[in-house]
Amino acid sequence: MTGTREPRSRPQRVLIIVPAWNEQDALTQTLQDIASSGEAVHVLVVDDGSTDSTATVAADAGALVCSLPFNLGVGGAMRTGYRYALRHGYDAAVQFDADGQHDARYLSPLIDQLVDHDLVIGARFAGEGVPYRVSPARRAAMKILAVALSRMARTTLTDVTSGYRAANARAMRVFAAHYPAEYLGDTVESTVIAVRAGCQIGQYPVEMRVRQGGVPSQTSARALLYLVRAGVALVLALVRRWPAVDEDDAVEPTVPTAHQARTPHRRHDEPRGEQP
Amino acid sequence: MNPSIVLGIIGSTVILVVLFEMLRRRHLREKYAVVWFLVALASMTVTIFPDLLNVSARAVGVEVPVNLLFFAASMILLVLALQHSYELGRLEEKSRTLAEEVALLRLELDQRLSPPSEPEHPGGSATSPEDGR
Repeated sequence: MTGTREPRSRPQRVLIIVPAWNEQDALTQTLQDIASSGEAVHVLVVDDGSTDSTATVAADAGALVCSLPFNLGVGGAMRTGYRYALRHGYDAAVQFDADGQHDARYLSPLIDQLVDHDLVIGARFAGEGVPYRVSPARRAAMKILAVALSRMARTTLTDVTSGYRAANARAMRVFAAHYPAEYLGDTVESTVIAVRAGCQIGQYPVEMRVRQGGVPSQTSARALLYLVRAGVALVLALVRRWPAVDEDDAVEPTVPTAHQARTPHRRHDEPRGEQP
Repeated sequence: MNPSIVLGIIGSTVILVVLFEMLRRRHLREKYAVVWFLVALASMTVTIFPDLLNVSARAVGVEVPVNLLFFAASMILLVLALQHSYELGRLEEKSRTLAEEVALLRLELDQRLSPPSEPEHPGGSATSPEDGR
């Protein structure tokens, strides 16, 4: 299914992974948006060591809640999510921010794109809607990253720092094994890992809302620092060795849960190295 | 007896005794103890046979022998600090993996303990996921 380049069918079982760290205020609205998107999806909120009532809010909204014992950052939360998705036989997973920045209207087109791609990035600056407002310096930094990664992925990527992305089972397997926890690792480095694991990357233009709280960094010094850190993340991702992923069996599907035992679903049928 | 020799011997002996005691109480793992044991041994050797330092300083072209001692000591400390950073990074990665697994297990447990309350469509969407194909 996933190892081939033939046209695939649209993923049926989709998990929306929402990493949330102290997002009790924005979370309800975000989950409502996802529910009203018209996509039949399961939602997994990964509570990243929140000290507020994020987990309760998510559970009340009907989402699956996975509570990390302490804060791991987006990378840790996402790897948890991908592992859950893989073990429970989902065909695709979408990373969706809890803070209301991402628009659930784009869920359907992003999942559609998985027919031709292993990983689809919901990209700002790709012509959709109001231009996303960032400082010129930061924009330049993002541009450099985009050009570098476009060359690697042999496709046009305009926004590699976007956290709005959909992954099919092949990319999920890559991310369940390797999803960096460092700063920018969750976006830039994870994209490089996907490219190097042989995933086909695509993008779909999206419009993002302005973040509810938090002032985006505007000074050039900050942007320069951002560029340096992104550059370090990029270079490290390039020179690091990543084990071959198709042979990787670090994440074995577990026994189905009581809930899932009632609804049989397809397991990954790739040949795997047996692990006792 | 030269006071500096006495100081050196006392110092290395204290390290060795502390090492032994920590190993005995299982407060220190062997793999870390080996390095410190070698350091204590080397400092004791140099204290008892100072000529060893003078000869080797002349051999590598260091004019003041004690500078060679300082250089060697700082290099050893640097390598040890690096080793600790490496171990720390490994531990962080391991604790990250454990934290993720704990979270997943907790979710699994919750689902098993209360299957009826777990909704079929957590997203709350109107349509049903076509999972049974």
